[in-house]
Amino acid sequence: MEQYEPEPLSPARAAAVRRSFGCGRAAPTRRSLLRASAGGALAAGALGALTGCGIPAAGRTEGGVSAEDRSEEEKQVRFSNWTEYMDVDDSGRRHPTLEAFTERTGVKVTYTEDINDNSEFFGKIQPQLAAGQETGRDIVVVTDWLAARLIRLGWVQKLDPANLPHAFANLTPQFRSPDWDPGRAYSYPWQGISAVIAYNKKALDGIEVTSVSDLLDDPKLKGRVGFLTEMRDTVGMMLLDMGKDPARFSDDDYDAAVDRLQKGVDRGQIRRFTGNDYTSDLSKGDLAACLAWAGDVVQLKADNPDIDFVIPDSGYVTSSDNLLIPNKARHKTNAERLIDYYYEPGPAAELAAYINFVCPVDGVKDELAKIDEDAANNPLIIPDRAMQAGSHSFRSLSAKEETAYEEKFAKLTGA
Amino acid sequence: MATLTEAPPPPAPAAPEKAPPRRRGRRTPYWLLLPGILWLVVFFAAPMVYQASTSVQTGSLEEGYEVTWHFATYWDALSAYWPQFLRSVAYAASATVLCLLLGYPLAYLIAFRAGRWRNLIMILVIAPFFTSFLIRTLAWKTILADGGPVVDALGTLHVLDVTGRLGWTSGDRVLATPLAVVCGLTYNFLPFMILPLYTSLERIDGRLHEAAGDLYAKPSTVFRKVTFPLSMPGVVSGTLLTFIPATGDYVNASLLGSADTGMIGNVIQSQFLRVLDYPTAAALSFLLMAAILAMVTLYIRRSGTEELV
Repeated sequence: MEQYEPEPLSPARAAAVRRSFGCGRAAPTRRSLLRASAGGALAAGALGALTGCGIPAAGRTEGGVSAEDRSEEEKQVRFSNWTEYMDVDDSGRRHPTLEAFTERTGVKVTYTEDINDNSEFFGKIQPQLAAGQETGRDIVVVTDWLAARLIRLGWVQKLDPANLPHAFANLTPQFRSPDWDPGRAYSYPWQGISAVIAYNKKALDGIEVTSVSDLLDDPKLKGRVGFLTEMRDTVGMMLLDMGKDPARFSDDDYDAAVDRLQKGVDRGQIRRFTGNDYTSDLSKGDLAACLAWAGDVVQLKADNPDIDFVIPDSGYVTSSDNLLIPNKARHKTNAERLIDYYYEPGPAAELAAYINFVCPVDGVKDELAKIDEDAANNPLIIPDRAMQAGSHSFRSLSAKEETAYEEKFAKLTGA
Repeated sequence: MATLTEAPPPPAPAAPEKAPPRRRGRRTPYWLLLPGILWLVVFFAAPMVYQASTSVQTGSLEEGYEVTWHFATYWDALSAYWPQFLRSVAYAASATVLCLLLGYPLAYLIAFRAGRWRNLIMILVIAPFFTSFLIRTLAWKTILADGGPVVDALGTLHVLDVTGRLGWTSGDRVLATPLAVVCGLTYNFLPFMILPLYTSLERIDGRLHEAAGDLYAKPSTVFRKVTFPLSMPGVVSGTLLTFIPATGDYVNASLLGSADTGMIGNVIQSQFLRVLDYPTAAALSFLLMAAILAMVTLYIRRSGTEELV
């Protein structure tokens, strides 16, 4: 590169340059300001800033962190739930069971349907919980694996059994002691969820589907079967189909199950991995058969007689959505009273009649029969003995396993 | 290397021919800049620094994350997810080209031929924005449903045979294929192409067309030599406004695509929310940003920055 030699400036030019520093080209411009602020600030502060923003370790404390319980002074409880997971009256705006609770106890329920997806919801509350702040919620409802993670991280509070007499007495044995919360010290199930195979009779056109293998292997179903984005349901059903128990499986079993599903993706057999949106695909017939959640199938069947379900001989995966009280919740006692309320047969039956998922409360059948005879006899809502025998749960995973498994599953689903 | 003295004087903005502003006014530019700078610091610089930091951390939720300058994350992320990077660029580029092909004639029509219908057509272009992005994308699932009229027509016309051979569709369906994702992207970003195109076309003086005609230019020559070159600013900003957000989009791929159409946005989302691998997600975000920046810089260099104004 040739040497740059500045020419001496003529007096007029020098004057012009001086002037330009004040209000001409060299005066502060957007560019020079940006350069100055960005360059200076970044160079000086970047290193410090970068090292400064790690995420602190999860503040693990046995039994969770409680805040001062204001249940007595503030007669309210803030309840975060999934959409369409609560009974509504005909106007569609009021929740009869919640109103009855308020009437009886005087505790006002602030009910918010702000949970759409476990992972997303975790992303939403994680910063506050990690920083030891309150989330603005007294009760949250999350699926087993996330409940297990929250308990593992020490981000939820231990429940006080004295406030939960009905819950203790009426909880169905099936849900009594999951391996991630033995004896239900931290959580109580809101509803149980069974993963089954749903199909559209019209779209199947005589093809018989009775197992996960049928979904994966029948060439006539190519590009018309769906699996769930919920890792434990999809892999759990696959493991069962391969003769393994989702409650006791090894890394190799997991890999084999994912491999088998991967072949289905590669051959174009599997159309999509879906969340709740499989319901519209299935009723339109774009999906001829898919893994589905039983509660949805009850609803779909009522709207569209072509939809039906089958439970594979190898069994099915049951999980549950659980009520938990996050750290620093302000109204813990009120929250516990609300949990207990939903374990009384009356309110539990009203709820079950409306939302059609597996009811985790014993002794509901008679109450439910008074409201809806069909629902009371539906094994998808009140499991009979045969139904209970086929139910399997997915074992809880360590943090390491969870990351590794989710990573493999994400690769499978294309992300 | 050009010396300072040879540099041509920049086109000075119409400077007021008064005396230089009074001393008191000197700080005014800074004060006026303050809100903008604060905004940038809070909503751009701070998150960027935070993400940059996250990308070189290691750890887990249980043990916390610490900055360990683990730059290998970048390499690992790139080597694991380069197919999704390539796919994102390919899909976004196809969608941008489609948007240009569809948008240019429409913008031309609105600017020169629509007459009193101009405002109505403009409203029709913008109207989809009045409903949610998600709803509009979901609507395509109904439009392109298997055995629906669109797919049937395409099948009868043997279009699906051709696209199937090219690997854009599979069997006799459009949904859950690359074609559906590209169509969704095209549809969702089309207005971002039309609006800048319209603005720059509308600015063209109609007398230039007449003059070109007077000089015996055929209509096609007028377009090639006059209209299109003058509309270049619109083409450049339209392609940028389409290409950049389309590359990072993940909604179309997750609703209209399948397991083998995942874009980089889907990977970042699942790394953040499902796998909880925050460093990899942050590193991928930065790689995406760098890739887009590089491509856009190259593009602007080639098409000339002065035309962007």
